[in-house]
Amino acid sequence: MLRYTVRRLGQLVIVAVVLSILLFGWLRALPGGPVSALLGERATEESRAQLVEQLGLNQPLHVQYWKFVQRAVTGDFGVSTGVQPGTPAMEVFLQRMPATLELSVLALLLAVVVGVPLGYFAGRRQGGWLDNLSITWSLIGVAVPVFFLAFLLKYVFAIELGALPASGRQEVSIDATHATGFYVLDGMLTGEWDAAWNAFLHLLLPAAALSTIPFAVIFRITRASVLDVLEEDFVRTARSKGLGARVIRGRHVLRNAMLPVVTTIGLQTGALLSGAVLTEQVFNITGIGQALSLGFQRQDYAVLQVVILATAMVYVLVNLVVDLTYAAIDPRLRER
Amino acid sequence: MALLQVRDLSVRFVRKQEPTVSAVDGVSFDVQAGRTVGLVGESGCGKSVTSLAIMGLLPGRGTEVSGSVRLDGDELLRLPRRELDRRRGRDMSMVFQDPLTSLNPVVPIGVQISEVMERHRGMSRRVARGEAAKLLERVGIPDPGRRLKEYSHQLSGGMRQRALIAMALACEPRVLVADEPTTALDVTIQAQILNLLRELVAETGTALIMITHDLGVVAGTCDEVNVLYAGRIVESAERHELFAGPRHPYTAGLMASVPRLDTPRGNRLAPISGSVEDNIPWEDGCAFSPRCSRALPRCSERTPEIEPIEAGRWLRCHNPIEEHARNTERPHD
Repeated sequence: MLRYTVRRLGQLVIVAVVLSILLFGWLRALPGGPVSALLGERATEESRAQLVEQLGLNQPLHVQYWKFVQRAVTGDFGVSTGVQPGTPAMEVFLQRMPATLELSVLALLLAVVVGVPLGYFAGRRQGGWLDNLSITWSLIGVAVPVFFLAFLLKYVFAIELGALPASGRQEVSIDATHATGFYVLDGMLTGEWDAAWNAFLHLLLPAAALSTIPFAVIFRITRASVLDVLEEDFVRTARSKGLGARVIRGRHVLRNAMLPVVTTIGLQTGALLSGAVLTEQVFNITGIGQALSLGFQRQDYAVLQVVILATAMVYVLVNLVVDLTYAAIDPRLRER
Repeated sequence: MALLQVRDLSVRFVRKQEPTVSAVDGVSFDVQAGRTVGLVGESGCGKSVTSLAIMGLLPGRGTEVSGSVRLDGDELLRLPRRELDRRRGRDMSMVFQDPLTSLNPVVPIGVQISEVMERHRGMSRRVARGEAAKLLERVGIPDPGRRLKEYSHQLSGGMRQRALIAMALACEPRVLVADEPTTALDVTIQAQILNLLRELVAETGTALIMITHDLGVVAGTCDEVNVLYAGRIVESAERHELFAGPRHPYTAGLMASVPRLDTPRGNRLAPISGSVEDNIPWEDGCAFSPRCSRALPRCSERTPEIEPIEAGRWLRCHNPIEEHARNTERPHD
């Protein structure tokens, strides 16, 4: 198990190196560039040349890359030129990461907490009204674009009904201490429960919008998996032992049905991170999704590099955790 | 009264847009404590469905079960699910055909055995774990302490079946249903498992229902035998009586199709031609008649009833093999 983990972490390094090279090339192949983005179209040739010199963009690509790597291993990913000019890119990422993480975790939690039980009961009563309703709902969830749903939720619940906040992460009037940057967690740690609750309410609508696709996928996989497991001989064995419904459901059906679902959850982190870009725009959340779209608009190489690389690392790490969880559930995989 | 009394048990599978299938039709038999009763027949004759119906394990939707199954006088078929679950695993339990798929792959063997005792004998997890170790020892699994923590994929086929038997015996059931318990095992392991079951019946006085297609298993374990064909019992007798002289042409055919050591070399086996699936309906005459060498015109006109022919012996046939002519049906004798 340890050797497996080490090997997977080694793969992580390879992914990082290959992705950084591709990313470096891709970004610089985009038309425009940070200089035009910073100085605008009417800048003089001299000021342009000066900035190009300053940013080191006049050097050959491989020299630039090598310098980038040398600084990156010390944790220095350069300075933001567009998103928050003058701030180190790593700092931009670290400041914004908690908001996105908070949002994604809540969205994933919603998707799992609703999707798994619904999938189980829909599978148990295949063809029943709950089954049909949930299938329709999950189809709509996948089919409706995230940004449209986000606007719809915002319009109905925030603007028309006024039940939930329309944008931001927390009421500005609340003078909350932000120790970790995770606003809900901050409030809970410092005992500022009103601040935590307020931040949580701000998360609800964006998380609901963001959770629809992961929900739909998790629900469908759970349902199909439960249907398969219910047909298994060992479920019949469990019934023949007269076990209570709870033990049969938890120990015998769900535990086996969860195997494919766990894998799916790992893959859904990708959908969450890409969905966050749109959701953060709609709800004006200063997370990495927003940094990404701003970064592309303003051609902020440093921020884009650190955000995309870090996001990819998170994706790989989450899937490593998923695979380890898989082995924890299924003893047949432990002997590798 | 018998410990387990099955009367007129019928199971029909009703499917939309498909003809209803009558898998079991009017099956009746008794099982006394400490006795082993065999249900014998070829694939598709309804023997497994009978056992699942007794245990209440048939799928609810699309299945119609009628008749009566009484355990100690209590009607099981009309018991609410909760009541049934209080008795399944405790008063009656089942050993399944394929030990690999019948065990949960992600739950340790020990948990799968002790959960029955936690459920029915009110044991704590710790006590049940200790009992589970004793059970494993009793069914002949060495080093039970280690095996309890293992998973089914770490056990050999024979050990898995022993573990399933340990599970079924955990609450000392009064009726044990064994559905082809040795079919998935190789021959030497088969013999060990059959010996184990025989010993357990002798020690505990459990009534055993042995479902099998293998006449060798019947000969080695059963006290009484019910031969099923297309969902109905066609012949029922004490084991010795049956082997000494089968009266139903189907029983005789089954026996003739088993290879024997005293058969001269080069003689071909005598299989029964056709298969049971082709002949499900009993409405127009005997379902076996199309395959029967003794069929008379009335066999395909009027369905034979099951009738007692002597003490403990029942037969469903218009033209049974005469007692003095028994052995002429065996082509190689």
